[in-house]
Amino acid sequence: MTAVTDRQKLQYITARAADARVNVELETEGMTLNIGPQHPATHGTLRIVARLDGEQVIAAEPVAGYMHRGYEKIAEVRTYAQVTTLVNRIDWLGSFANEVPFILAAERLMEVEAPPRAMWIRTILFEMSRIANLILFLGDMGVQLGAITPVFFAFRDREYVLDQIERVTGGRFHPNFDRIGGVKDDLPKGWLEDTKAVMEKVRSFCDEIEDLLMGSEVFQQRTRGIGIIPPDVALQYGLSGANARASGIDWDLRRDNCIGLAYPEVDWKVWTHPDGDSFARFWVRLQEVREASRIIDQLADGVPSGPIMAKVPRIIKVPAGEAWISTENPLGEMGYYVVSQGDLTPFRLKIRSASFNNISITPWLLRGVYVPDIVTILASLYFILGDIDR
Amino acid sequence: MSDTPSSPRPKLPKPQLPGVLKGLGVTLRTAKETMFPDGLLRPPAPSRGAATVQYPHEKEEPAPRARGVITLVEDNCTACMLCARECPDWCIYIEAHKTLAPPRREGGKPRQVNALDRFDIDYSLCMYCGICVEVCPFEALFWSPEYEYSEPRIADLLHDKERLGEWFETVPDFEALEAGSEVKVKKVPR
Amino acid sequence: MSAAVLGIELAYWQSTLIRVVAGLVAVLLLTGGVVYLYLFKFVSFMQSRLGPMEAGPYGSLQLLAEVGKWLQKEDIHTEDSDRLVFGLAPAVVLSSTFLMFVVIPAGPDLVIANLGTGVYYVLAVSALSVLGILMAGWASANKYALMGALRAGGQLIAYELPMVLAVLGVVIMAGSLNLQDIVAAQAGGEIFGFSGIGNPYVLTQFVAFAVFMIAVQAELTQTPFDMPIAESELVAGYQVEYSGIRFLVYFISEFATAVAFAAVASTLFLGGWALPTSWGLSAGVMNVVGPLVVATKAVLLVGVVFWVRFSFPRFREDQLQKLAWKVLIPIALANILVTAVFKVAF
Repeated sequence: MTAVTDRQKLQYITARAADARVNVELETEGMTLNIGPQHPATHGTLRIVARLDGEQVIAAEPVAGYMHRGYEKIAEVRTYAQVTTLVNRIDWLGSFANEVPFILAAERLMEVEAPPRAMWIRTILFEMSRIANLILFLGDMGVQLGAITPVFFAFRDREYVLDQIERVTGGRFHPNFDRIGGVKDDLPKGWLEDTKAVMEKVRSFCDEIEDLLMGSEVFQQRTRGIGIIPPDVALQYGLSGANARASGIDWDLRRDNCIGLAYPEVDWKVWTHPDGDSFARFWVRLQEVREASRIIDQLADGVPSGPIMAKVPRIIKVPAGEAWISTENPLGEMGYYVVSQGDLTPFRLKIRSASFNNISITPWLLRGVYVPDIVTILASLYFILGDIDR
Repeated sequence: MSDTPSSPRPKLPKPQLPGVLKGLGVTLRTAKETMFPDGLLRPPAPSRGAATVQYPHEKEEPAPRARGVITLVEDNCTACMLCARECPDWCIYIEAHKTLAPPRREGGKPRQVNALDRFDIDYSLCMYCGICVEVCPFEALFWSPEYEYSEPRIADLLHDKERLGEWFETVPDFEALEAGSEVKVKKVPR
Repeated sequence: MSAAVLGIELAYWQSTLIRVVAGLVAVLLLTGGVVYLYLFKFVSFMQSRLGPMEAGPYGSLQLLAEVGKWLQKEDIHTEDSDRLVFGLAPAVVLSSTFLMFVVIPAGPDLVIANLGTGVYYVLAVSALSVLGILMAGWASANKYALMGALRAGGQLIAYELPMVLAVLGVVIMAGSLNLQDIVAAQAGGEIFGFSGIGNPYVLTQFVAFAVFMIAVQAELTQTPFDMPIAESELVAGYQVEYSGIRFLVYFISEFATAVAFAAVASTLFLGGWALPTSWGLSAGVMNVVGPLVVATKAVLLVGVVFWVRFSFPRFREDQLQKLAWKVLIPIALANILVTAVFKVAF
């Protein structure tokens, strides 16, 4: 076909992709496939450099960084309120969830505790962002596999959740609602009742997805037994969230290390699945959406009355110290390590984002799989580029 | 199978259709609900049954708290520069000069106040975070849910003092809050 | 159309010309209608949205707008591509589609060429599109297009067999390969002495009908068998390097082939243009009503194809090959056996 030999291509890739740390052996067979930064299968600008032998992958390496925005550096020159508004944009689908661990870390440094009403409102919005995020995953997994209808249902029913978030915070996607010491505003009248109605819609959406997508034999054939992650390997690679729970690891920070949120007051369950394949990851997230809707129903019934802000000074100068807080975000375990030297801005902010560790397993996981299964596996691991690259 | 959910769904024994047929049923039912939102006996009305809002022929009502555009009440502004300082994007441009205002009482001294020369918000930079509205101590900035102000030229997205003041009519009143709230609902100074 | 229909004597070339032009117009109109109805509207309603609404009333002129858009695009080709093969490939695919319509009858006298081996001809000519796809994949000078084309070739050839075997059951029942005879046999037949609805073969050959429809879904490379087109590593498979009017040709041929296969299926299984003979309609009436009848039946079957297309995820290549070879072909063979036994016994 073309006059450029495989060897010349290898040299080109080696030279250009030095930063990708791709180990390219000088093979005379096999084709290097660049599932490049622009591709419908990757959630944004992720690049997977895969070496293929016919239909099977010999080696694959993800190349991230196409969306690096320098969050940790820019946080050093922004006040805490400004950082709160910026970190909304890390995991942009469940954006309230990004603010929570940061605010909790700052509150720990200031030794301030949010009043109970603020804690409950925070938890409700945290779970709503989880629902918004995971509903999109349920639809998106269908699209990656070729079923184009579920994603429309996902966007349609996600709008109700986003409308509720907009009614409280003013922003559908970037709420910017958490404050050190509490939350910004109180709930508008009638919001709790409407939220319960929205949760009914969310549950009916889950039933629809179960009938349309999960129960379909085609879907099961495409996902069962594909991309099996054993639990010990999952722990070695630092997988968290639903990816770990789908391999049978019973670990959920909302139950095991709950800080500053109202989960101990609610009766809920952690879902795990022993298989560890793509189907398990889909199934666990589906159950988590249902569980989140039930959590919100219980929370909505029992919001305590009281103030929504603790006493904090107008100009916030966080005392010197270090704090690490991680929470169970929709994508996995997200944590912030805040180092403060008593200024208006953090001295150093380290963000542990879930997707970065979640895709670290792709070289191990993608060996020997067929090319169509690459898409299935990436879709089931569910990462967001903003979360990987920050 | 090990994936039996322990959710409170009733476990009635029902005949199991193969999954593919159930999937077909879901899509057909959605098509029917979209085409005949009033049931099969009435004429089809897909414009109502579909989830689509046909903008610009139909428009949705945004929530009262929706962050559409920021409006300025010039009389309240003292050019303290807090909003310009706190903005993460530095998209607020303020220029003011000191001037003498008439005394409050007869025979008193003239007061020194700041008079605004320029108060621009650059909406091409604005992140719609709301920090400026929140930190203003003098109730000079308010949110309005208006969103239809897109321009063909980016330079026209810089709203000056007059234009910012024009948005004030669209500012809704602050809503009543849920039961159990101890926050006093603020009033918009009209 | 014979002299009986028009009442005047026509030379052979004149009647052929009229038939061909009328056939082309009918096919294109039907394809356009099907595209609007199913691709724009039905799928939108299934997804709880409205589809195109601005171009014309309720978006009915959207296809015209799309055609105009594709026509005015630049005709690009890759530098290494084989220009002649690259340009011919869409023509091969489109011609295989139009050749299928040559034998499909729309009335007692409304058929472009009433071949004695109509069924054989239709199935053979529908397989020509494989050649066009392979030509497209090779001539694109694109690794991924070639991979897509090879997968498509494998899939289409694999699913030819269940299609042929399913049709054999119908041929055994009708006793002829001629499509007009098959239609007549269905219209004039009776079920246990009841001739109210004739004897559409879908009732007795339901297994063959199911196998045929699944094979048609695969022949059209529609989901759940659309690995060649909506591939994981590529968005359009063998069509990826095509733009402008050449892509339009692929688009039209995809839907025209859907209509063609549906018309064949309705002729073989649903009775084609005929209403039951017991209803006592004369040949003259049927020459007018027949095209509408067969069009309705074909459009309904195309609806089923698209309904399935938008409801399912797609199979992996090896899974769909397994389905063809290990499931559909044995079922079709068993169907032939049973049909033959019953035909001889009763």
